[in-house]
Amino acid sequence: MKQTHLTRLAAAVVLGLGISSGAQAAECIAPANPGGGWDFTCRSISKIMYDIKAVDEPVQVTNMAGGGGGLAYTHVVTERADDAELIVAASSATATRLAQNAFGGMTSDQVRFLGAIGADPGVIVVAKDSPFESLTDLMDAVKADPATVAFAGGSAVGGFDHLKVLMALGRAGFDDITKVKYIGVDGGADAITQTIGGFTQAMTGDISEVVGFLKAGDVRVLASFTDERLPGEFNDIPTAKEQGIDVVAVNWRGLYVPKDISDDDYNKWADALTAVAESDEWAEQMTANGLAPFTRIGADFQGYVDGVIEEIRTLSKEIGVIQ
Amino acid sequence: METFSLLAQGFAVALTPTTLALAVAGCIIGTMVGALPGLGPSNGVAILIPLAFSLGLDATEALILMTSVYYGAMYGGRISSILLNIPGDEPALMTTLDGYPMAKAGRASDALVLSGVASFVGAMLATIGLMFLAPMLARVAYLFGPSEYFALYLLAFSTLGGIASDNQRKAALAACLGLAIAMIGLDNSTGMGRFTGGNLHLMDGVDFLVAIVGLFAVSEVFIFIESHGRSSAIGVKLDAITIPFKDIARSFGTMLRASLVGFIAGILPGAGASLGSFLAYMGEKAWVRDNSQFGKGDPRGVAAPEAGNNAAAGGALVPMLTLGVPGSGTTAVLLALLMTLNITPGPLLFTERPEVVWGLMAALLIANIVLLILNVPMVRIFVKVLSVPPWILLPGVCMVSFVGIYSLSGSYFDLLLMIVFGLLGYFLRKLNIPTVPIILGILLGNHMEDSLRRAMVISGGDWKYLFQSGIAIGFWIAAITGFVAPVFLRRFLKKPQAHKA
Repeated sequence: MKQTHLTRLAAAVVLGLGISSGAQAAECIAPANPGGGWDFTCRSISKIMYDIKAVDEPVQVTNMAGGGGGLAYTHVVTERADDAELIVAASSATATRLAQNAFGGMTSDQVRFLGAIGADPGVIVVAKDSPFESLTDLMDAVKADPATVAFAGGSAVGGFDHLKVLMALGRAGFDDITKVKYIGVDGGADAITQTIGGFTQAMTGDISEVVGFLKAGDVRVLASFTDERLPGEFNDIPTAKEQGIDVVAVNWRGLYVPKDISDDDYNKWADALTAVAESDEWAEQMTANGLAPFTRIGADFQGYVDGVIEEIRTLSKEIGVIQ
Repeated sequence: METFSLLAQGFAVALTPTTLALAVAGCIIGTMVGALPGLGPSNGVAILIPLAFSLGLDATEALILMTSVYYGAMYGGRISSILLNIPGDEPALMTTLDGYPMAKAGRASDALVLSGVASFVGAMLATIGLMFLAPMLARVAYLFGPSEYFALYLLAFSTLGGIASDNQRKAALAACLGLAIAMIGLDNSTGMGRFTGGNLHLMDGVDFLVAIVGLFAVSEVFIFIESHGRSSAIGVKLDAITIPFKDIARSFGTMLRASLVGFIAGILPGAGASLGSFLAYMGEKAWVRDNSQFGKGDPRGVAAPEAGNNAAAGGALVPMLTLGVPGSGTTAVLLALLMTLNITPGPLLFTERPEVVWGLMAALLIANIVLLILNVPMVRIFVKVLSVPPWILLPGVCMVSFVGIYSLSGSYFDLLLMIVFGLLGYFLRKLNIPTVPIILGILLGNHMEDSLRRAMVISGGDWKYLFQSGIAIGFWIAAITGFVAPVFLRRFLKKPQAHKA
């Protein structure tokens, strides 16, 4: 047993040396430290791509943290614009920051969005003893007096968790969005803690952040921001759409590639990503991490991202995050 | 009783040769990571995550390796604090205050042994607390909203003036400088960057480690160069290694009190080990009758922060495991690791994955004993560092710091920022302004401001909201009567003496 670990350790060291000597293999940049969502995207997609032989050589994962993904974005745009052997992890947060000009003047048309192959559905959660029974109840309370309802979420003001609430309120016919109370805390679990503690009335986040508390019966999910109900054990959660509030807001997990690569190279990556999306390995990973299917690849995805960025830009101007 | 049978199962998991080897390896790596300035527990753990994957470790094994590194780093941080006056990481900051003066007085190995024992006591009590009380303590987090956190940070902040024993005004100035530095970066309450000059590298704020290495290690090099190597602070006397039973006995009460304070600070999400060691030190200074030697090499001033930060490290695992809320930078990385291993921490972790939880608890107990065994006899080796002449040691430490800081984000920008802090530290030392309050200002500033502004958002700008719970009021009273009022009273009482002189 110990012997095998030693062999693996030796292999890891050799592998590490290989990486540092700058071998010319394909690379996946995770614009954050090991362990986060982007790191997960890079590690699982790279591994599956090689395991199912969608690529010939293993894809190496590099972590480039900083500026909420901005450093990696700048790096790709200014130094790697024609590198055909490069993919970069992205999510709704990437689109949000691009829409809000948070990447130091970089714009979304400076890279090509490749595709998304899974998403963490957005949800609105209240404590178990909350008077709110449905999303409509909650929206009505905000409409009646926005000062009585405070939302907590795991991202800063203007982040995706905040915007989801504003989108829902907008569809429910409440336009005075600067009156909406929102506090950004350190992560989804902290936001739930504040809501269970009664300091805020509702939490906005992703389903993966609330699973533990939901199973323990500490919270109730009022709505999921998805097209259809979630599969499996979450099937009894109504969608916002069913409740007459037409908002789809998911935290997608996907990739972008540099702008100046050839269409052939772009399509090669798109095919490899499609193969991953259809693999059993990815299906397993999605279940294990609470992701729902969400496959949009190629031109379809680019169009989706452009639309999302446009909507976020409009909302952000209204709440004053950008001019 | 149930706890014991669960723990027995845990030991069955943790006592296999593989996991035992991992725990020992983790402890050694952790101690080194902690001792090297520029490599803190959180980036130490982060660097090792890819290794855990390539080794193909299962969930329990990976978690045992990482938490051994985490506990090890808490032990290791004190070594460079005591020997070099350079904190190995931010929770070890307070240990410089009395540890280094002790070393300078020729009691380096006493300080190391004492702090090792204090670390053991703190970590052991915290681990036991974690085992028996974790599910109950999780509920404490529900009692803390923005106004309670604000009052807690305010309490910590009000004690800052007492850090420097001679010049409180300079300490206050330094703390304000730290607060100003804390303002740099993304403002959570508006989503805008502040004082970043449009530089993306500054969007995440200034990393504590960059500030610590700059202010303590790099500035030391400048002073060393300026004096042509004559007036180096490094170069303490070597002494024979004995176990300082007298000091251990004398500071045993300190260790227990500091462990309790540290553990409570650790349980509160967002407070963490640094606040634990800070409150443990300041609390102890206020508690003991004769505190005139604090800051000049009082053994209790070494025992308190070390028991405090190790207890806080254990305490921080409570919200991480039971709520999925990380209490510190390192537990945030551990949390991310758990998620990647398909373990979702939260209220159900203890019932759904008992083998993971109790394997971890058993491993923590083992790691702690390994660390005590490693740390006390190995003092001999650590102290040898001091026989290296400063003109070799100092550039060596600096080089390691540069590599460590570069590994934070892989950008040269942090290195430049570190040199800027080095220059700042050099001038502040020339002006006799203490640098410890700067780090504490950075550390507390962000949390304090965020809590206040969240409270204001929730209450719609009503200041009365800050005093609406018993917990908050308690902290306010403690801050005012314990630390603010004495400053004014002391001046009032001292006046006649000044006239006589």
